[in-house]
Amino acid sequence: MTELLQQLINGLSLGAIYALIALGYTMIYGVLRFINFAHSEVFMVGAFVGCYIGRLAGSVTWWSGFGALGAAMLVCGILGFIIEKIAYRPLRGAPVLNVLITAIGVSLFLQYGGQLVFGATPRTFPELFPVRHFRLGGLDVSSNQVIVMIVTVVLLVALQLIVKHTRLGTAMRAVALNPQAAQLVGINTGTVFSFTFVIGSALAGAGGVLYAMNYPSIDPLMGVMPGLKAFVAAILGGIGSIPGAALGGLLLGSAETLVSGSQFSTYKDAIAFGILILILLLRPSGLLGRPGVEKV
Amino acid sequence: MPLLPRKTALLLSSLAAALAFAGCAPKDASAPTTVKIGNLASITGKDASFGQSSTKATRLAIDEINAAGGVLGQQIELIFEDTQSKPGEAAMVVKKLVTRDHVVALIGEVISSRSIEAASVAQTLKIPMLTPTATNPAVTATGDYIFRACFIDPFQGKVLAKFARDDLGSKRAAVLTSTSSSYSTGLSKVFVEQYTEAGGEVVADQKFAEGDKDFKAALTAIRAANPDVIFVPAYYTEASLIAKQARELGITVPLLGGDGWEAPELFEIAGDAVEGCYYSTHFSADSTDPKLQAFVARYRARYDGATPDCMAALGYDAAYLLVDALRRAGSTDPVKIKDALAATRGFEGITGRIDMGPDRNASKPATILKIQNRKPVYVKTIAP
Repeated sequence: MTELLQQLINGLSLGAIYALIALGYTMIYGVLRFINFAHSEVFMVGAFVGCYIGRLAGSVTWWSGFGALGAAMLVCGILGFIIEKIAYRPLRGAPVLNVLITAIGVSLFLQYGGQLVFGATPRTFPELFPVRHFRLGGLDVSSNQVIVMIVTVVLLVALQLIVKHTRLGTAMRAVALNPQAAQLVGINTGTVFSFTFVIGSALAGAGGVLYAMNYPSIDPLMGVMPGLKAFVAAILGGIGSIPGAALGGLLLGSAETLVSGSQFSTYKDAIAFGILILILLLRPSGLLGRPGVEKV
Repeated sequence: MPLLPRKTALLLSSLAAALAFAGCAPKDASAPTTVKIGNLASITGKDASFGQSSTKATRLAIDEINAAGGVLGQQIELIFEDTQSKPGEAAMVVKKLVTRDHVVALIGEVISSRSIEAASVAQTLKIPMLTPTATNPAVTATGDYIFRACFIDPFQGKVLAKFARDDLGSKRAAVLTSTSSSYSTGLSKVFVEQYTEAGGEVVADQKFAEGDKDFKAALTAIRAANPDVIFVPAYYTEASLIAKQARELGITVPLLGGDGWEAPELFEIAGDAVEGCYYSTHFSADSTDPKLQAFVARYRARYDGATPDCMAALGYDAAYLLVDALRRAGSTDPVKIKDALAATRGFEGITGRIDMGPDRNASKPATILKIQNRKPVYVKTIAP
């Protein structure tokens, strides 16, 4: 029983990171209707920004931790803005396939550009937050795991508030529903697109820092696997749905951890993608997605 | 001569022809100017520490040999290639070194999986290959052109199982193996056999894949089995993350590893998590052997005070071992080099005396190190 509970804690803290990345996928899809495959590389850049800031800070305090997290979100937000402006905006109105190929191109560009800038050798991620271990009965929880979960919940709630209760959030929902009509009633769709990218990328940056905190060895190709998993999580929860992305991330993280701890550990990646195939077959709109949401 | 163009053709393609002649020159001339040796290793990517240490020391050795007059009256030219820690790259690099650079022998690769890959190509092209550090038996089993300067995993696995049983007094061991690395699966197989034979019990057998970063699930399962010691036959990148996550889960028993742990990054990433852990390796920089200390001093002088690890020591030995064979062969003919390498007896390297066995594996003792205050400390030497 202890083992199962411990595995669930491990799974939830991994799933929380998947959820953060999945939120970015889902938001961008929800508003712009395309999958931003470069998202996992923004995640990688976030981890590296966290690494540099952590090294700069020197001492390990709560300030250095949140400073690094904030800086990563800021830099990734700006990176997201630039990516949207340079790579995707000129393709507005082009067929979806063109945008998709561009996304893959941006992703490869960042992977190999990252190898040039940061070097291909894995780096050690410094400690950002003061680390403590808690023992509750037979369960071990590290402060890093708690931080991951708290930060995820806070960002999730903040995102939900922005989308539901601000003017820009309302504009985002309007564009998601019908971009042409939104434009007709005076919404600046360009601003909405930029804003969506900035927020989605900032979330990926936070995810990168949190992931590297728990698995402190980072390299320019580190985003590929977590990015794919988060993509699966977004589909699982229903792409376009914010609570869906969170749920998908948590479910996928838990499932992966439970499989890893069993005798079938070598199949854990296969199971993640097995879930993707099953969901696409049985419930293409995902667990919390609404079918037939695509109207033009 | 491969190219005898007519006058017209010569006029048209003067530049191309000139380049072609320039490329052929060393091979066609009666007295080539250098002896070319290829060196392939993982200089970047996840196993970069091994390749960098090993090639730094190989370069140091070759520079020393050249300063002392080279070999066969010529200077040695070392040609480096990086395999980027990627599958598929090693085979390509060997082909390039042999067919384009015309090397007479190869030093490398440093990792077992990629050495197996490189070995099959070197064997097909009939160019002698000497791996400094690849310990999986399959590497030299590839064929009669493939040699190694280190001991093999069955020996290392046996030493570690014996050490875990007799010296650590453990009764229950857990094993965490990487299924995608020949090194890891080979070591773990022998360890499990030998540990069980010595009366111990393997209580958990968990697996992961290369590149994994989350080991908490496997470690939680291991924790539930309550072992006295955990055997982690992994390379340093994974081993350090495993150690860190094990401590986060409250696992306090020592971890045990092989020479794949040998990298400064282990202490950097894992920090205090590997305190009190043990690993087996090829040499200890603490040894008082004057020859070894002289090497440590020269390496430090050249590379900003860095202490050489076992990969460096083996890279250094491999270079001298190959040059020794070249001298005895008296020629750069691959067949003669191969025969000379196979006939190596009583070569005094800094990692110990090397006798090339009938299966082209060096028979050498293993050293056990314990990690204390973020530094490896010598524990004991176990002879074959």
